[in-house]
Amino acid sequence: MKHIKTLNKANLKASAAKGGCGECQTSCQSACKTSCTVANQKCEK
Amino acid sequence: MIHIYKSRGYNIVLDVNSGAVHAVSDAAYALLEKYPDGLPEKLCEPVDGFGEEELLEAHAELLELVKNGLLFSDDDYIDLEKVHFEQSPVKAMCLHIAHDCNLKCEYCFADGGEYHQIRQLMSFEVGKAAIDFLIAHSGKRRNLEIDFFGGEPLLNFEVVKQIVEYAESLEKRHDKNFRFTITTNGVLLTEDKMAYINEHMGNIVLSLDGRKEVNDRVRRRLDGSGCYDSILPKFQKMAELRNQDNYYVRGTFTRYNKDFDRDVLHLADLGFRQISVEPVTAPESAPYSLRECDLPEVMEAYDRLCDAMVERRKRGERFNFFHFMIDLDQGPCVIKRLRGCGSGNEYVAVTPSGDIYPCHQFVGMEGYRMGSVLDGSFDEKIKTTFSKANVYTKPECKNCWCKFYCSGGCNANNLQYGGDILSPYRIGCELQKKRVECAIALKFEEA
Repeated sequence: MKHIKTLNKANLKASAAKGGCGECQTSCQSACKTSCTVANQKCEK
Repeated sequence: MIHIYKSRGYNIVLDVNSGAVHAVSDAAYALLEKYPDGLPEKLCEPVDGFGEEELLEAHAELLELVKNGLLFSDDDYIDLEKVHFEQSPVKAMCLHIAHDCNLKCEYCFADGGEYHQIRQLMSFEVGKAAIDFLIAHSGKRRNLEIDFFGGEPLLNFEVVKQIVEYAESLEKRHDKNFRFTITTNGVLLTEDKMAYINEHMGNIVLSLDGRKEVNDRVRRRLDGSGCYDSILPKFQKMAELRNQDNYYVRGTFTRYNKDFDRDVLHLADLGFRQISVEPVTAPESAPYSLRECDLPEVMEAYDRLCDAMVERRKRGERFNFFHFMIDLDQGPCVIKRLRGCGSGNEYVAVTPSGDIYPCHQFVGMEGYRMGSVLDGSFDEKIKTTFSKANVYTKPECKNCWCKFYCSGGCNANNLQYGGDILSPYRIGCELQKKRVECAIALKFEEA
């Protein structure tokens, strides 16, 4: 494509189908945890 | 829903509901500016500054993205029934090992470690009860998290060790995997403690705000002296022992250092590779709080930090800045993204006396005590209220482009500033959106 460069493919819809297991690290935007914001977590599956 | 912005020479387009991220030409960007809610099938109007052929080309390519579900995609795949996880097990606990501290940091949200309660250390009996409670309420969750917090947990390290050993002894029997972290101001960090933490704990948060004059202005002992000189060599050693991974040197920036990018770079110059410097949580009336009028300077600091990181990467001097880390490919599932931190539901805090609160920020707050690990009481009504906090029940989050990166903000901040856990804290939102924009722009630099 001449006008578009896609950095990553869509993945949220696919994740809805198999997600929600709850095994990932809890996230927090405040002081106590490593303030793992959701944006940079990993899926544990 | 899409979000478009220009950063670092890129025209960036986020397709919120698919998670797709694109860089587009000026012509394509102009079309999306003109049609932010969806493109027409046919282009009938000119766009200033662009020729017809160029626009038609760009338009066709954008429509291709739409067809492939990568632009203006819907969120109709989200099953809100699945999202409301009222019966969610508890899987993480913040243990307040000490309601006491050996520093008196000016901005401490915990009233010097005591949370407006009495000064107290957690006994092993309470810690043991907390672990038993967590296991009993964790359902089928295998990975369970324990954060040792306070006040200053190293004031009570023997109990920390006893709790770790107790939890580890139960892993096989209950098929659980405990992950421990600890947050410390470092004043009492010794080689023995470092060795123990490195053997048993997956992560450690080392509190240090940055430049000496910045740190020692707020992070002081009772006698008024700063702690920078004492803790820095210990933190540097700890970072090396952990091979510059699985730790964070973690600072707080305030109104006193809106140029906090300099503090981040100072920490990088000291050799730290895992750095987090985060905005202070404070009542607006505090002299160190961040106000609306401070936002422009703070945003500039984030931009300067981006520039500096790119420059340093080119020289081979990489470091991670926590709030710029983003995983666009294999991040958490959308269900996790819209639930967020899980406070008061999946995640709770426990005080030295065994009282349960939704998280450390709620400790001592009237009406938020959820029960006790000593008698097993647990307020299901409060749990249900928190379980319903997600980006679709937070009216302002529902239509925000950042919802799947931010997850609805901090419930405690929402309550303190907006009066309601469902009402986001505007300054926090602006900072969060800026950080995500920076993080994504940096990804393009790497691509």
